[in-house]
Amino acid sequence: MKTPAAKAPALRLGATSFRLRRRPLLVVAASLVVLAAALIADIMIGDFPLTVTQVVDTLLGGGTRRDQFVVMELRMPRALTGLLVGGALGLSGAIFQAIVRNPLASPDILGVTWGAGAGAVSVITFAGSLGVVTGSAASIGVPLAGLFGGLLAGLLVYALAWRQGIEGFRMVLVGIGITAVAGNFTHYLLTVGDVQDAGRAMVWITGSLNGRGWEHVVPVALALVVLVPVALIGGHVLGALQFDDQTSRGLGVRVNVARSFLIIVAIVLASVATAAAGPITFVALASPQIALRLSGTAQPPLFGSVVVGGALVMLSDLVARTVYRTELPVGVVTAVLGAPYLMFLLIRSRREARV
Amino acid sequence: MSVRLEASSLSVGYGERLVVDSLDLSIIGGTVTAVIGPNGCGKSTLLKALGRLLPARSGAVLLDGKQIDSMSTRDVARVLGMLPQAPSAPEGLTVADLVARGRHPHQSWYRQWSSDDAAAVDAALAMTGILDLAERTVDELSGGQRQRAWISMALAQGTDLLLLDEPTTYLDLAHQIDVLDLVQELHASMGRTIVMVLHDLNLAARYADNIVAMRGGRIVAQGTPGEVLTEEMLLEVFGLDARVVEDPVSGTPLVVPVGSRHRLP
Repeated sequence: MKTPAAKAPALRLGATSFRLRRRPLLVVAASLVVLAAALIADIMIGDFPLTVTQVVDTLLGGGTRRDQFVVMELRMPRALTGLLVGGALGLSGAIFQAIVRNPLASPDILGVTWGAGAGAVSVITFAGSLGVVTGSAASIGVPLAGLFGGLLAGLLVYALAWRQGIEGFRMVLVGIGITAVAGNFTHYLLTVGDVQDAGRAMVWITGSLNGRGWEHVVPVALALVVLVPVALIGGHVLGALQFDDQTSRGLGVRVNVARSFLIIVAIVLASVATAAAGPITFVALASPQIALRLSGTAQPPLFGSVVVGGALVMLSDLVARTVYRTELPVGVVTAVLGAPYLMFLLIRSRREARV
Repeated sequence: MSVRLEASSLSVGYGERLVVDSLDLSIIGGTVTAVIGPNGCGKSTLLKALGRLLPARSGAVLLDGKQIDSMSTRDVARVLGMLPQAPSAPEGLTVADLVARGRHPHQSWYRQWSSDDAAAVDAALAMTGILDLAERTVDELSGGQRQRAWISMALAQGTDLLLLDEPTTYLDLAHQIDVLDLVQELHASMGRTIVMVLHDLNLAARYADNIVAMRGGRIVAQGTPGEVLTEEMLLEVFGLDARVVEDPVSGTPLVVPVGSRHRLP
């Protein structure tokens, strides 16, 4: 008989060693295939339809100049923004859910997303009504304000929920409060701004990949390049952090330091993602839970959540671009897919009727 | 016999209230110590302070002669394992994964799982007799099985000092005996030092080398079960009118409470 621990053998690479589990690895591999297929399909469709061979050719440096322009300047940045934003949201949600130990904990509910929304809409309406909304205010000011809004709201929730440490349940409650405040402030801004600004703001707060260029890809890509390894390295503590504080401390975890560090990583990821594409709802909530169910693990797998998040946004964007003659904001699709899923989660959580 | 764990004029409290009041205690290596006392006497708080889960208000806890406050959390966790009173695990965690968490103090970000870890987990599961439950989730276990799983986690931690906070709570008598027999085995075969909080005085008398009786945050009596468990002590510490006779099986003191129904007029 195989012993329990032998079922997940240790993988050694020099001085490092990790645990290999087959099912989570398969989930990552399968999600990567889906992700790649959705990415290519997303680049194929549009006013100038391309075939699979044309897309692959162009990505490898071939293709006509027209194909090059359509793929590299128009469709690739948009698709990459979606992919990276999805990955960042998935990772952010996975960290929050593992720390708060609640499947409903996500940047959407913990105030980060609406904080970013309030920041961005402030710039859109105030800059607009002052008549100074120029190209740079729109392309740099809005994402920057979104980033600061998200960081501010996230850190505010964190500070207000702190009582000699962070407790998950209190953090969710404070987050709901901050979400309500930021949401109402955003709605207030929409009523005082002029109609055109309000219209543009509405598109932004639904979460859209429309017109995203390389300038949107770069910040999210940088954030992911830095923060994914940081999260994966810090993530080995997550396993020991998923108990009550005393048990975790008994296992040698500096609970408050580790938790604070990981929460700040998650806040930054969600804020950067929201700044790039607006609040694309439910991705951060659903991807970790999907990855967890597919992998059969007790807490959301971090890397699995990144890949599933990317795939989820890519698939939603495909739907958003194909179901109607006009293109829908991707956030509409994720919300339509996410709402039933949220209800399913609420109904299914038989044991824990918390929040 | 050396002193492994020592409290010297230790005071611990929550807010304004002092729960442990300038207390001195020495735990000798290789012994089993049971801490007894009425509800709210500070025994759990004392255990938490000994395991560095609560900071000392004044005085100090010394682990192998070193101030425990000056040691890193990880260094403490490599020497001293602690099982809290009602630990909670996330839904869906398997027993094998729970026990694997006990290896955390021996892992680092670049060495997240090694063959040593696997061997320690298997050994811990075998020792508590739950190898066959390894793939089950913790939430579907019975109370007795769950307690074994948690003890396995503490064992996988590989510390020779174990602090157990009421390891027999919520268990029926047969399972209480199972758990305490396991503690006894750990002590006898591996020479581990164990400090546990127990409510059942008769079981404390049977399984402990030393008994520490507390009341109001102070130690009232300590010594062998025969020295501590006397009729006078029970009256003083618990306010309990009881007879103490000899346990027909173990020869240790057996506490028989009188109660109002049988009190002589």
